Amino acid sequence: MSSSWNHTIHQLAAMIAARETNVERIVDSALQAITTHNPSLRAFTRVEEHAARRDARTADREIATGGHRGPLHGIPISIKDLIDISGVPTTAASRTSSSIPAKEDATVVSRLRAAGAIIIGKCNLHECAFGTTGESSSFGPTLHPLDQKRSPGGSSSGSAVSVVTGMAVASIGTDTGGSIRIPAAACGLVGLKPTFGEIPMRGVQPLAFSLDHVGPLTRCVTDARLVLHALRGPESPQEIRNTSTIAQRLGCPRPYFFEQLDDDVRTVIEQALNQLSDTGWQVRDTSIQHVHDAPAVCLPLILSEAAAIHDQRLTECPERYTEEVRLRLELGRYVRGVDYARAQRGRAVLARAVDDALADHDALVLPALAIAAPRLGTSEVYLNDEHVSLRALTLRMTQLFNATGHPAISIPCGHTPQGLPCGLQLVGARGRTDHLLDVAEACEQRLEPLLESTRDD
Amino acid sequence: MTPEEWLAAAKADASRRGLPALHPLLDMLADAARQLQEASWMREAEQPPVAPTPSPTSPARDTSR
Repeated sequence: MSSSWNHTIHQLAAMIAARETNVERIVDSALQAITTHNPSLRAFTRVEEHAARRDARTADREIATGGHRGPLHGIPISIKDLIDISGVPTTAASRTSSSIPAKEDATVVSRLRAAGAIIIGKCNLHECAFGTTGESSSFGPTLHPLDQKRSPGGSSSGSAVSVVTGMAVASIGTDTGGSIRIPAAACGLVGLKPTFGEIPMRGVQPLAFSLDHVGPLTRCVTDARLVLHALRGPESPQEIRNTSTIAQRLGCPRPYFFEQLDDDVRTVIEQALNQLSDTGWQVRDTSIQHVHDAPAVCLPLILSEAAAIHDQRLTECPERYTEEVRLRLELGRYVRGVDYARAQRGRAVLARAVDDALADHDALVLPALAIAAPRLGTSEVYLNDEHVSLRALTLRMTQLFNATGHPAISIPCGHTPQGLPCGLQLVGARGRTDHLLDVAEACEQRLEPLLESTRDD
Repeated sequence: MTPEEWLAAAKADASRRGLPALHPLLDMLADAARQLQEASWMREAEQPPVAPTPSPTSPARDTSR
């Protein structure tokens, strides 16, 4: 095997089991990709070459002596640099962060290690995860591998780029308003935000306590399921795949989610919906009551919670933040208590509305990102004869489900005429992430011909 | 303090702290606050509770027995 570029976790696991490759070769391939791509793309803040090679040798010895731990054993996985790795500082891509190494692994990292994964390094991000492009970072902006004048999306920018370029086979990101699903959509990957509270956040620097999620970015839905299972820990039930309960009914909430959409992205999304309809799925128009209030509900929640978390640093060393993130955090200090309380009520109202829209549907289906990968240095986008804030536009499809806690996944569904990937978002019922993955896997299979036909090779 | 008074005070405070760049962001926050205040679900929540109207068939009025 010469490269892990296009291989999935389950393919590599099968190759390891069949002795067609070994872990040292897989890790070497990832490290070679890092040497080739990272200097220009800035996906990693830190590469754990020595530890990864050491752990690869250990994994090969264990596997050779019958100690194969499962599909993640020997798989190189990158970690967003917002998540603690023992002995390594967690930078959050911010000059405000302490240089003191983390005392222990975050729960998600220790669970990945227990499953045999090789931690290959820590990934660049939008500073403190408070942005959707990955441009504001103390390590410099992460660049899109298909067009270096564009952003790969964020905040888990480096995570997405590490996977799409073969520097890692999967990555762990965080998602407070869309930070896993946005870069997954912009880079043509699968990005999963599980149900709120499903995966422990211990050892993950918070951005907003009530909105933060941790989850995987992978090359396919099967891999997302494998990583999620590891993140749930050894005590969780075995992987459940139950396609018999899929009714093949999707609800498409067109009001709001299809109102501000780039024309090329709209074409790709409509083709994907037609493809699903043509292959036996019912895609029915639906709506989420009060959905136009979603941005007004989400804004006070994220601003005030982020300001609370950063309050001390914002007082002691405000100049060390990038200007953009500092202003956003400062804004959070001005949120009135009454507005936070109203937003909390709105969150409950919207959660019930999403539940209602999901009734009789396996999942809701909508775009994951209203535009293709944005150009670097852009703060506004011209769309439907008006200038729209890039930040508001990138959050438009995703942030509601952080507020409501519903599991959501972005899967690749085609490319714009410029060859830029688009993501289709599926949203499932709370607490039923496994069912959402069943649905996403079935949709992924049906969209595969469309992906091949629109891919610009 | 009305929302308008709050916005004026917030902008003055931001200017005093050398953060005039916050002004457009404060306008955006004020817009969101207005939308929350005017949301139908919020107006419904703010209504005082209405005493339940006794049903004509409620036991208290049922004299048939």
